[in-house]
Amino acid sequence: MNNSLAVVLIASGVAYGTPLLFAALGELLAERSGVLNLGVEGMMLVGAVMGFWADESFHVPTGIALALAIVVAALAGAVMAAVHAFLVITLRANQIVSGLALTIFAGAAGLSSYLGNDLQLSDKPARHAFGPLLPKALQNLPVVGPILLGQNILVYISWILVVGIGLYLTRTRPGLNVRAVGEAPSAADTMGINVTAYRYAHTLVGGALAGVGGATITLALTPQWVSGITGGSGWIAVALVIFAFWRPGLCLVGAYFFGALQAVAPELQARSISLGPTVLWTNSLPYLMTVLVLVVAASGTARRRLGAPGALGTAYVREAR
Amino acid sequence: MKRAKLSLVAAAPLTAMIASLLIGATPTPASAATPYKAAWIYVGPHNDGGWSQAQNDGRLYVQKALGSRVETTYKENIAVGTQFSQTVASLSAQGYKMIFATSYGYVTPQLAAQYPNIKFEQATGTLVAKNVSEYFGAAEDTIFLSGMAAGAASKTGKIGFVVAYPIPEVIRHTNAFTLGAQLTHPGATVRVVWTHSWYDPAAERKAAQSLYSAGVDVLGQNVDSPATGEFAESVGIPWVGYDSNSSNFGPKSWLTASVYNWGPYELTQIKDAIAGTWKSGFYYGSIKDGFTKLAPFGKRVSAKTRALILKYEQKIENGTYYEFTGPLYDQQGKLRVRKGVRMQVLQGGTNSLYGMNWFVKGVIGSPNG
Repeated sequence: MNNSLAVVLIASGVAYGTPLLFAALGELLAERSGVLNLGVEGMMLVGAVMGFWADESFHVPTGIALALAIVVAALAGAVMAAVHAFLVITLRANQIVSGLALTIFAGAAGLSSYLGNDLQLSDKPARHAFGPLLPKALQNLPVVGPILLGQNILVYISWILVVGIGLYLTRTRPGLNVRAVGEAPSAADTMGINVTAYRYAHTLVGGALAGVGGATITLALTPQWVSGITGGSGWIAVALVIFAFWRPGLCLVGAYFFGALQAVAPELQARSISLGPTVLWTNSLPYLMTVLVLVVAASGTARRRLGAPGALGTAYVREAR
Repeated sequence: MKRAKLSLVAAAPLTAMIASLLIGATPTPASAATPYKAAWIYVGPHNDGGWSQAQNDGRLYVQKALGSRVETTYKENIAVGTQFSQTVASLSAQGYKMIFATSYGYVTPQLAAQYPNIKFEQATGTLVAKNVSEYFGAAEDTIFLSGMAAGAASKTGKIGFVVAYPIPEVIRHTNAFTLGAQLTHPGATVRVVWTHSWYDPAAERKAAQSLYSAGVDVLGQNVDSPATGEFAESVGIPWVGYDSNSSNFGPKSWLTASVYNWGPYELTQIKDAIAGTWKSGFYYGSIKDGFTKLAPFGKRVSAKTRALILKYEQKIENGTYYEFTGPLYDQQGKLRVRKGVRMQVLQGGTNSLYGMNWFVKGVIGSPNG
């Protein structure tokens, strides 16, 4: 039963969707404050490589090493996001250009590969890796075992984040302030909310979560580092935020859906289920979906209707009020 | 004003780059003192723990053997197509005379004609031209032997094999692996999952995981990263690697692997090129040449299996046994190679080693990818 196609696909969806979920939640926070950051892929890659490096470097017990690795990955992601934040919030540069530049600078042919090769990380398995958290007996329970109970601690942390961010945005004063900053920064400013501080804070936290997402790949999924290991996950995360109408709960559903899509091709092959003459099209499903979502969301009217923050992608200039 | 300044700033390094390219392109007179320049081009990272790493070991072997007489370099993560052409253009401008193109499909006839002064050594293909040599070898023989280890290690006779692209090379290797497994475990089946990439640890691990959930109890691979082994180690099942000895990725799972030794051939070719006696040709190495061999056995291979494998290794080496000898049946049970007939490397269409597009009986999966 636990090896049935449906259970395996959902369980893989949860495991493979978790890096997407972290990154998408981070992007959601940044976008809710009005900052579009297309540098997610780059921030994930830097988080992936720095998390792996920390995991290799600190000679401490497994739990502590992994906790440190996640902290390092988050910091690395935040540092990358700080570059973007400085450019678009303080210098008011174009958000799309700056985000793309960040991905190119930090991405597969840039900083993350340089760091990984320079630190010689690519010829070894991770020293410590995240494994299932709960005892074997629980993991083997039918259906809920592989899907819910057989996951690593990062998955459970991501669930807490989904609930936490949902409550934060709808039930707390700072959360309402973020939304105000993202919808109408001049109105928020009038109310005495510090627009710049809110935008910086959420862009940095967004980068930190992208970094954690990257480290989830190198420390839990693969667990190994190679150049360009995220393979476009960052872009899928950007699309996910739109797909989820800027709501954390829907981010989770979307992330698991995209995660499961990545598992469809190998699972069908392993079970001798043929959907056409070649598996190439099933391999490309996640990317096709991403293109589709981005195309639909790119039209301005659709964005408004879907619930995009009103000031998303625009710099706030107080003097121009 | 500000814009104009910016574009000037941007133009300065660009001009410098163009200038340096021009200087680099001016031919330097060859003399006995200048080292011979040879370059290696890899499809993955030079330290991938697999194919490209084995190629890079070959380069280091050449460099060590010839010392200051050669100057070697490598370019990694180069995709087949435009990126390869660009790399060749840049190497040519830097005065490289010989290029080891270490992945299938790199050198095209047009490209070879465009650079008549460069000697191309293309691995795993069939294009031989005035300045293009092809080189590869009978890895299927050692893969067959590694398949024997997999068959012996399997309790259920269900084996999983993670494969890259649906091309004759991979199909041939899968078939050899299957025949080996069936020798030690009669009736064994080999289930394949295609990743459509030579090097993609995430996809390889997922493929291994899918095979495991479909019920296999031993894993093998014809892809370049050790991700399959890492997964095997995590669930405690035996694993047969490929390309390089990567037992450190799954010490408890490790059985063995077919590994390449490119150095000796490459050394001969460079020596010939330096002496001016280089001629293009088609090289197919063997166990006898030392081109291909088995990596050290892991603890999970029993003494009895080791002895049997070594016995077959000797038989293949001295020519008294060959795995691709008929009768060979395909997946549908159709007789493909008649009894007593040995498959040839190039002759025989789809019944040759380089033309094989069908799986032998016992492989589960489509040879079309």
